[in-house]
Amino acid sequence: MARIHLKNIAHSYEDKPRAEADFALREMDHVWQDGGAYALLGPSGCGKTTLLNVISGLIQPSRGQVFFDDQDVTNLSTQQRNIAQVFQFPVIYDTMTVFDNLAFPLRNRGFDSESVRQRVHEIAETLELTADLNRRALGLSADAKQKISLGRGLVRSDVAAILFDEPLTVIDPHLKWQLRRKLKEIHERFKLTLIYVTHDQNEALTLADQVVVMHEGQLLQAGTPQDLFETPQHTFVGYFIGSPGMNFMPCALEGDAAIVEGQRIPLGQATLAKASGIGGALEIGIRPQFLRLSAQREESGVPVTIAAVEDLGNYKIVTTRLGERSLKVKLPEDEAVPSEHGYLRFPREWTRLYADSQLVG
Amino acid sequence: MEKWHDNRAWFLVLPVFLMVAISAIIPLMTVVNYSVQDIFGPGQRVFVGIEWFREVLGDSRLHDALIRQLIFSGLVLLIEIPLGVAIALAMPARGWGVSVSLVLLALPLLIPWNVIGTIWIIFMRPDIGLLGVLINGLGIPFDHPTAPLDAWVTVVLMEVWHWTPLVALLAYAGLRAIPDAYFQAARIDGASAWATFRYIQLPKMRGVLVIAVLLRFMDSFLIYAEPFVLTGGGPGNSTTFLSIYLVKLAVGQFDLGPAAAFSIIYFLIVLLFSFVFYQALQRIGTGDKPGDRR
Repeated sequence: MARIHLKNIAHSYEDKPRAEADFALREMDHVWQDGGAYALLGPSGCGKTTLLNVISGLIQPSRGQVFFDDQDVTNLSTQQRNIAQVFQFPVIYDTMTVFDNLAFPLRNRGFDSESVRQRVHEIAETLELTADLNRRALGLSADAKQKISLGRGLVRSDVAAILFDEPLTVIDPHLKWQLRRKLKEIHERFKLTLIYVTHDQNEALTLADQVVVMHEGQLLQAGTPQDLFETPQHTFVGYFIGSPGMNFMPCALEGDAAIVEGQRIPLGQATLAKASGIGGALEIGIRPQFLRLSAQREESGVPVTIAAVEDLGNYKIVTTRLGERSLKVKLPEDEAVPSEHGYLRFPREWTRLYADSQLVG
Repeated sequence: MEKWHDNRAWFLVLPVFLMVAISAIIPLMTVVNYSVQDIFGPGQRVFVGIEWFREVLGDSRLHDALIRQLIFSGLVLLIEIPLGVAIALAMPARGWGVSVSLVLLALPLLIPWNVIGTIWIIFMRPDIGLLGVLINGLGIPFDHPTAPLDAWVTVVLMEVWHWTPLVALLAYAGLRAIPDAYFQAARIDGASAWATFRYIQLPKMRGVLVIAVLLRFMDSFLIYAEPFVLTGGGPGNSTTFLSIYLVKLAVGQFDLGPAAAFSIIYFLIVLLFSFVFYQALQRIGTGDKPGDRR
């Protein structure tokens, strides 16, 4: 178990990277605290797997250093780093029994047969694999195989961290839920540093204490699910997290308000204080949950037309138009929706201002 | 849903059936026909029942040829399969080396078989052949046209040179098809190179190795052109394999009946061995019992 520090890490798959775009991982500095449960979230191809492989040592980063606690492990092999990693597709040793599969990492490290037996039984118990121990791993279902992959990581009691690379991709939906709960249980029991790569935000938000969002090789934001939801540091985080994503509209500043399509949207004092003298492309962003829609004009309401209403059971998504911009509003099921025209209110505490995609306030 | 039968569907398989009939079934039946008759000339034939089978099965020269054939095929498999796998493991996974090694490996496979025999006659000649002169130069007397052991060494070497590349190519294809995650998992589990080979590469290559063993067994068991050119079955009968003996019988002595009976027995032997190999290799390491293969 260890605190993992990625110090000024960058990685390119090309021998001589020239442009910024040649890097699968742009330069980053990040610390993964000991015992933390992290989800690494981002769209396909954003560098999540590369980052994971840098931590486990399957990839040598082009730049920077990796520290486990205070030890520089940048040049250590995967085996020396003592990391467990579970891949997208279950990796099992076909010709071995479940017991031998689980025992494999221990036998490779020269453990005596009695401690191997004891440890394997303990892990099999935790993962509910005891009944299958003497069966061949080949014939088992995908979720059992994935449990074996996980088990091979867990049998080593001294692993620095356990890394998951979208481990539930090939698992049936109803088993996904069970396995996810099992993972959480294991994390709580063994207090391992856990880094979980996924592109599924539900998985990320349910499993992790800290969510790290990646996009185009960069770490955009790390924080609790609540932080990411309420205060996205980057417009990408805003629309990637949450369903539907955050509404963004280009705007200009005038006095104490943002001007969007000729309409004044007042901003909060704190936001205005940080916005003074700011340049770049300005946008305002607000979560669909925080917008207020009414039929009559209230104080500072902005007139919109109603374009579409989707009823999703326990809530409704209303698509409204403000000039050329469309804004989604998430409403409780029982709230009335004005038929054609309505007024949108932007609560100041939830209206965020972004300059060049970065949060201003 | 209820099944619906339309017997006209049989017409759809008719073209294939006709092709197989013309290419395989009719010639085979002709051989069966010959094997039960004594043929003196066109239009002069006598039905003799299983007479030829009895004669052929009791033929000691055939027994000797069969034993030689089994030793030859056994040797060939024992050398070519491990050697081919070793070559495949040593081949580069990416870069320019891949095309170079693939082309080099493919070369022996592109040469006509009787040319290969000719190449090796010259190559091994004790007076002017590169390898023949070299071996004699080392003080080891080597003369494949007169010494049976030397003839065997030459035939086996030639066969290994000719066909190991096929095994290597098949094994290489099998190796390249293994997903990277397996090797990454092996590194994480701390597996040695040997353990990685034993528990990942070898099991994952099983499918292609079954094909390699079957192909190499059948082809080496039926070998004709190369040893015919190289040794003509000699010295004496020391490299007379089954097909060489068969041709001597059929074409040399014109004993069509016994030759036909011999052909059928030959065919059944190949079929039987291939079946046994296939069944055995399919199950190795899977722990499956007969009948529950997945």
